[in-house]
Amino acid sequence: MELSPFYQELFTSLNRGVVMSVALIVPSAIGGVIIGILAGVIRTFGGRFVRAVGDGYAAVFRGTPLVVQLFVIYFGLPNLGIYLSPYVAAVTGFMLCSGAYQSEYVRGALLSIKSGQYLGAQALGFTTFQTIFWIVVPQAVRRAIHGCGNEIIYLIKYSSLAFIVTCIELTGEGKTIATEYFRFTEVFMVIGVYYLLLVTIAMMILKRIEKTLYVPGFGRS
Amino acid sequence: MSTGKGNPILRASNITKTFGNNTILHGVSVELAKGEIKILIGSSGGGKSTLLQCINCLVVPDSGEIEVDGMVIDITKKKDLYRLRQQVGMIFQDFNLFDHLTAIDNITIALRKVKKISREQATQRARQELEQVGLGDKQHLYPAQLSGGQKQRVAIARALAMDPKILLLDEPTSALDPTLVGEVISVIKRLAAKGMTMIMATHQMSLISTLADEILFMENGRIVEQGTPSVLLAKGNKSRTRGFCDSLNDLVGEEG
Amino acid sequence: MPEPISVVIEAFPYLLQGTFLTAGIVGAAMALGLILGVFMAVGLVYGNKVVRFLITLYLWLFRGVPVVVLLFLFYFGLFNYFNINVSAFTAVTIVLGLTTGAYQANIFRGAMLSLPRGQFKAASGLGMTDLQAIKSIILPQILRISIPAWSNEYSIILKDSALAFVIGAPEIMARTQFVASRTYQHLSLYITAGIIYFVLTWAGVMALRKLEKHVRIPGYSANGNQ
Repeated sequence: MELSPFYQELFTSLNRGVVMSVALIVPSAIGGVIIGILAGVIRTFGGRFVRAVGDGYAAVFRGTPLVVQLFVIYFGLPNLGIYLSPYVAAVTGFMLCSGAYQSEYVRGALLSIKSGQYLGAQALGFTTFQTIFWIVVPQAVRRAIHGCGNEIIYLIKYSSLAFIVTCIELTGEGKTIATEYFRFTEVFMVIGVYYLLLVTIAMMILKRIEKTLYVPGFGRS
Repeated sequence: MSTGKGNPILRASNITKTFGNNTILHGVSVELAKGEIKILIGSSGGGKSTLLQCINCLVVPDSGEIEVDGMVIDITKKKDLYRLRQQVGMIFQDFNLFDHLTAIDNITIALRKVKKISREQATQRARQELEQVGLGDKQHLYPAQLSGGQKQRVAIARALAMDPKILLLDEPTSALDPTLVGEVISVIKRLAAKGMTMIMATHQMSLISTLADEILFMENGRIVEQGTPSVLLAKGNKSRTRGFCDSLNDLVGEEG
Repeated sequence: MPEPISVVIEAFPYLLQGTFLTAGIVGAAMALGLILGVFMAVGLVYGNKVVRFLITLYLWLFRGVPVVVLLFLFYFGLFNYFNINVSAFTAVTIVLGLTTGAYQANIFRGAMLSLPRGQFKAASGLGMTDLQAIKSIILPQILRISIPAWSNEYSIILKDSALAFVIGAPEIMARTQFVASRTYQHLSLYITAGIIYFVLTWAGVMALRKLEKHVRIPGYSANGNQ
């Protein structure tokens, strides 16, 4: 069966686009989690000043739309003489925004660890480092994994905003074709299916991870 | 008095602890000989728990000296504190098992990470200890799958696996359902019979009257009375200890 | 006065006017989502297999496809295809309403499942019909429990409403872009837009927190959900 030229072109560009989307999502997700862990730890255990900085960061990036953040980074920073490529601007925005949300889950997870867990470890002669590494981290990971995973799923969807700062990924490629042929319905339905696939795969992976980490009585917070 | 048996294995002298404006311990001293069992009683807020936590420096005392088996602890040195805690086991009121680890892993993790024992040896040791407390068949259950009494027995097995020279017990049966107290008491009694050195805060009359070599009655951060149960609890003795224990007995009586 | 600031001062009333449209979009979308969410939650909890399957499919679709894609699909695609003439404002409101409906359904479903089973039975025992029981016993309880999650949803939809500019609805973002493209003061203008959104987000969240306290029933746990 031969596809019509329209569909041939559509799938070629969308496949190119999805590669770009993945290239945006993966580093942003990793960067977001790293920033989230750092900010979350600072917001939980930091001194008054660093904690205020961490809280401020989270409040700003959670309180403003991601599009606005992307516009400030891509169109705004050149006013200060800072020029970022569309790709770098998009990944920077995604990482910073995602990190702010991730820090909430990390903070919640850390706060949910009962003081008795620390006491129990100390009483056995654990050093501070051993306590963090063997008791706090394994527990916090289990408490945070659901929220952090969901945040990555959000990130997959919000990667569709990259085209607004001219980083042409899945949505951007589709928009070009749709405008060219003026066939928005078909094009965006197909794009929708692409995103559904990405999101569904991510959800399945997340469920797998949650299942492997499952410990009875250690539910989501 | 029973404090005459040779050199003390634990000597905590003049322990002082203040939180804010609130002085919890006013220069309290305790000594334990090997194999000796001392029991702390007194109403809550009297400083029993803080004293126990000061002995293994979970709460670092403001002043005072702690000596375990002839070794003086420098409470300003973290290394000393870690070493002290390895030698002094602690049982908490609310168990403090690690919620993400199975019963056996709760025991092996400390052996492996703190004592640097190999996994095989640690597992073997942990199994032995669990069997000692009658939980050989529960090794792979998580804390959430255990009853309170079982959790406390795992906690005791965990502490014992570290080969402590002294065991501190902070109201080990207070958080338990009345029906589950018995199993923990019998484990503690077995420990006593084996000659474990212990200092325990408890309101359990059956432990106080049968195990204590000496009772220490605490009030407002001071030991206000101390002596053997046979003296303090003797009929006609107007000791504070006796009054307190009578009120405990009454409580038990009311509960039927 | 430096230009970045003077431009902002001059444009500020114009930008702020966009707040009306933004508020309209968010208000209407949240209301639509509330209605959809309640119906779907009831369907998910009490409905038969077919109903549950259809709703689950709906949730999967609207939770899995990005808002921008839905905006393009509906505004330039479906509405056009079926010759439905709607304004960009209406299109945004519908898309956001359908999206938040999917999320709200999940919130209310969680709240319903957290209710003790006896509530429904007790209502039936008093002779209430199923509908009466849901309306006067179940709903008042789940709406209370859901306020914190709902406030989170509000903040998401408010921020998503900034995407309306991609189909040309003249809300805050579109106006900012319009001024920025003429004055080249992108940085200060977009930061200003950010500040407006920031204030709207946290003002809404605070207001809902107040509401939560106001309707709180003593002794009634508000953490049944999350």
